[in-house]
Amino acid sequence: MVEVKKINVGVVVFPGSNCDHDCFYVFDKILKQNVKYIWHKESELGNVDLIVLPGGFSYGDYLRCGAIARFSPVMRSVVEFARNGGYVLGICNGFQILCEVGLLPGVLLRNKSLIFICDTVHLRVDNNRTVFTSNYAQNEVIRIPIAHAEGRYYADETTLSELESNNQVVLRYCSPEGRIDDDYNPNGSLNNIAGIVNEQGNIFGLMPHPERASDPVLKNTDGIRIFESIIKYFIFKKV
Amino acid sequence: MYLAKINVVLKKSILDPQGQTVLHALENLNYNSIKEVRIGKYIEVKLDVEEKSVAENIVNEISRKLLSNPIMENYYFTLERM
Repeated sequence: MVEVKKINVGVVVFPGSNCDHDCFYVFDKILKQNVKYIWHKESELGNVDLIVLPGGFSYGDYLRCGAIARFSPVMRSVVEFARNGGYVLGICNGFQILCEVGLLPGVLLRNKSLIFICDTVHLRVDNNRTVFTSNYAQNEVIRIPIAHAEGRYYADETTLSELESNNQVVLRYCSPEGRIDDDYNPNGSLNNIAGIVNEQGNIFGLMPHPERASDPVLKNTDGIRIFESIIKYFIFKKV
Repeated sequence: MYLAKINVVLKKSILDPQGQTVLHALENLNYNSIKEVRIGKYIEVKLDVEEKSVAENIVNEISRKLLSNPIMENYYFTLERM
């Protein structure tokens, strides 16, 4: 019998995380990988290939989204893991935490409309040469749910132009045809940014929820290819 | 003991939709002289230290580290002996 290689995933759980089970479910039940929860008070990550910072309202979103999660014991280890090249995926609140802790540049501000937006939006894959997006076609338009009140991506001009010139903008909000303009910018993000990677390409943060578009039962599996891209990278070392 | 009164405000360059909404509401109430509203956070911190300079250093440190995010916010504070 051929032994199928599996990747080891750690889903971090903060008080107030609420998408941790969805992420666990996708890796465990749909993709049949090894996955475990890591409580925020843990300081050891153990043997993991990928860390997922899930969505939710860590520490009640008090002060600023992600501001307090940043200083939890587990984050010290996550930062060390990431700085040593470990792969980290931050979804929604996870993206906010990655920005607060400085693993990704910029910050996520209150939506321009001030409204909590729960919707399914179109996204354009602007860089498919990352570990996280290689199973999409370049410029492919996909549909993934968003659910946030603080998703307006902001960075100063220098940082923004660096992100653009390094192709670090991975996902942008767009029209169904893939057009990028203000009419299809749900939260007022600069340059319609929905997801970015760091310069080294091992840390990915995005506001949309790919784990909510991964189970065929939900009739939309556009999100699962993010997780599949990561697994493919670890199994075949191929982007 | 010192009482630090810390204000955290969005930087000028950053759009404050909450402030704009309040501005529109004030305009609707006919306060036509009001031209701008910016909303921030007010935080009180009590410090058990004797010297003012020590309190100042601590407040600067916690403001930069946790209470504000320098990418989007500025802070300022006053110290009162208690």
